[in-house]
Amino acid sequence: MRLAEAWRVAFDSLRTNRLRSGLTMLGVVIGVAAVVVLVAIGTGAKREVERQVEGLGSNLLIVVPGRVDFGSAPAVSRLSLSDVDAVTRIVGDRSRVAVSVTSGETVRAGAAARFTSVLGVLETTPSVFVRALSRGAYLTRSDVDTGRRVAVLGSAVARSLFGERDPIGQQVSIAGVRFRVVGVFAPLGQSLGVNRDDEVHIPVTTAHRLFGTQRVDGIAVKAPDRGQISQLGARIVDELSSRHPDTEFSAVTQEQILGVLGDILGVLTGVLAAIAGISLLVGGVGVSNIMLVSVHERTREIGLRKAVGARPRDIGVQFLLEAVLLTTLGGTTGMALGVGGALLVAALSPVPAAVTWWSLTLAFGVSAAVGIVFGVVPAQRAGRLDPVEALRSE
Amino acid sequence: MTGSSRSAIEAVGVTRVYELDGVSVHALRGVSLSVAVGDFLAIVGPSGSGKSTLMHVMGGLDRATSGRLVIGGRDVAGLRPPEMARLRNETIGFVFQAFHLLPRTSAVDNVALPLVYRGLNARTRRARATEMLERVGLSHRLRHRPSQLSGGEQQRVAIARALVTSPSVLLADEPTGNLDTVTGQAVLALLQSLNESVGVAVVLVTHDRDVAARAHRQIVMRDGMIVPTTEGTGSAIVESAPSGAPGPSADDGPWRPIPHSGSPP
Repeated sequence: MRLAEAWRVAFDSLRTNRLRSGLTMLGVVIGVAAVVVLVAIGTGAKREVERQVEGLGSNLLIVVPGRVDFGSAPAVSRLSLSDVDAVTRIVGDRSRVAVSVTSGETVRAGAAARFTSVLGVLETTPSVFVRALSRGAYLTRSDVDTGRRVAVLGSAVARSLFGERDPIGQQVSIAGVRFRVVGVFAPLGQSLGVNRDDEVHIPVTTAHRLFGTQRVDGIAVKAPDRGQISQLGARIVDELSSRHPDTEFSAVTQEQILGVLGDILGVLTGVLAAIAGISLLVGGVGVSNIMLVSVHERTREIGLRKAVGARPRDIGVQFLLEAVLLTTLGGTTGMALGVGGALLVAALSPVPAAVTWWSLTLAFGVSAAVGIVFGVVPAQRAGRLDPVEALRSE
Repeated sequence: MTGSSRSAIEAVGVTRVYELDGVSVHALRGVSLSVAVGDFLAIVGPSGSGKSTLMHVMGGLDRATSGRLVIGGRDVAGLRPPEMARLRNETIGFVFQAFHLLPRTSAVDNVALPLVYRGLNARTRRARATEMLERVGLSHRLRHRPSQLSGGEQQRVAIARALVTSPSVLLADEPTGNLDTVTGQAVLALLQSLNESVGVAVVLVTHDRDVAARAHRQIVMRDGMIVPTTEGTGSAIVESAPSGAPGPSADDGPWRPIPHSGSPP
């Protein structure tokens, strides 16, 4: 029998049992759609995180005390401004070094109040990280050197304290101390689960007085180019270790952060795909079941076809194609539904679903493979039927 | 007996033993039979006598347990299932009591089915099937589905399907079993005329004496063996009058205990 003819026979048989074929396909449709949507969500989440990490700035090196490792408690910082000066000497450029010391404080303006993160920083922050201002100006070196009580507000803080009014030049009180607003950040949105619009920057020297500490939590360095990052990191860690022999220091690069997060999200995507894959498998079992029913129902037809000259292979191919047709039609529908579902998720929820070609190819390939795998047993059974017994069956 | 060189089917000492729940059922106990080219033969006997098994074996649908079977000049002993399928396709046409037409499939496509397995293209298949349906008087029913046809018409479609491959032998198992007398007669007349015009050998399996009487010769089966008849010494052949009247030996045969209701003309 010609292959085209076999396809036609398979298609006709599905068409004559529309409802049954449709319901059987539904299992595959749901499985494939689930694979496409869930992989799209996983991929979208991963891309979003990458975008955010890269959005921090480029060629960044974060130096923190302690070991950066999962399961280890954050170490208490022993870093001080003299350590920052030592790091600056290694880097050779003050504008490439940023620090921060953070404390949660209540910020008030008139009757309005907001509890937010207050960061003591150097004036170099915008040259190390990507931070744009929407109004006013950032802190200056003299602000830092003289410990002025000036503040730059995050866009969310500015909005909740001043509404639509211009906060520049206005007074705010932080932990009961009056500050003058000199700038407002442009909205940045969420980054790695932190709302970066909900913070206030003040000079690190002022922060030390306010918080009653001499420490800084961490030092960020922007390397001149990518190739120098690891070498620079090692030199900084060496220097800090010699200054604090009893403390361990770590230098973390963006690539390392991306690598760790990417691994986590990759696992997450894999788990999602596996769950969806199980539903696809269940759909495949449904196909197998229906094909066995179909073989049983059409036993006489098989007997007749054999009597008029169909070889076992002809019969087997006919039923196999029927199964493959079921799953590929279901797979195609599932792909369309999955793409539609992913677009819908991306449009209606904050989850940035991204449909990938590999997930489409995989889902379609798997559904076709499911048809073959789950069609083989019924097809073989059909092909091996004894024609005499088959013709005799009711 | 016809010489083997002129035989469409030649069976020598054919047996068929089934294993049914551990019990051996001897359906055929050594049958020797020759179907000549252009023959018109009836195999008669009560149900369970092995006549259907014999037909299946002769048609290559079933395998003999022992004995020699030559179909269309080929010894089938060494043939594998695909080769058997091809042999059936090329040399045998089957007609069944239950018609066995594919439902939801038009008459012309039903007739064309055996040609599908020859790898012929759709146009050729349809042309030949149409021609064959015209031959059995159904040119006005090409597009009808089996459910839209009468029993007699369905059986004629089945006959057209059996003959569309130009086989040398047509094996008909109780072809009139599901038809009323008048329709049955028409179908028999059709088989007869096809036997004469096309030259296809016809083997009729039946337990109906009137039907058997249409054949040129009759073979009586009982308990898996061919019953030697009073006529013909050692031969298993019952010659019957071409007019269709049953021979006296058939009347006396033990294979039909039910009294014959109609009388021959």
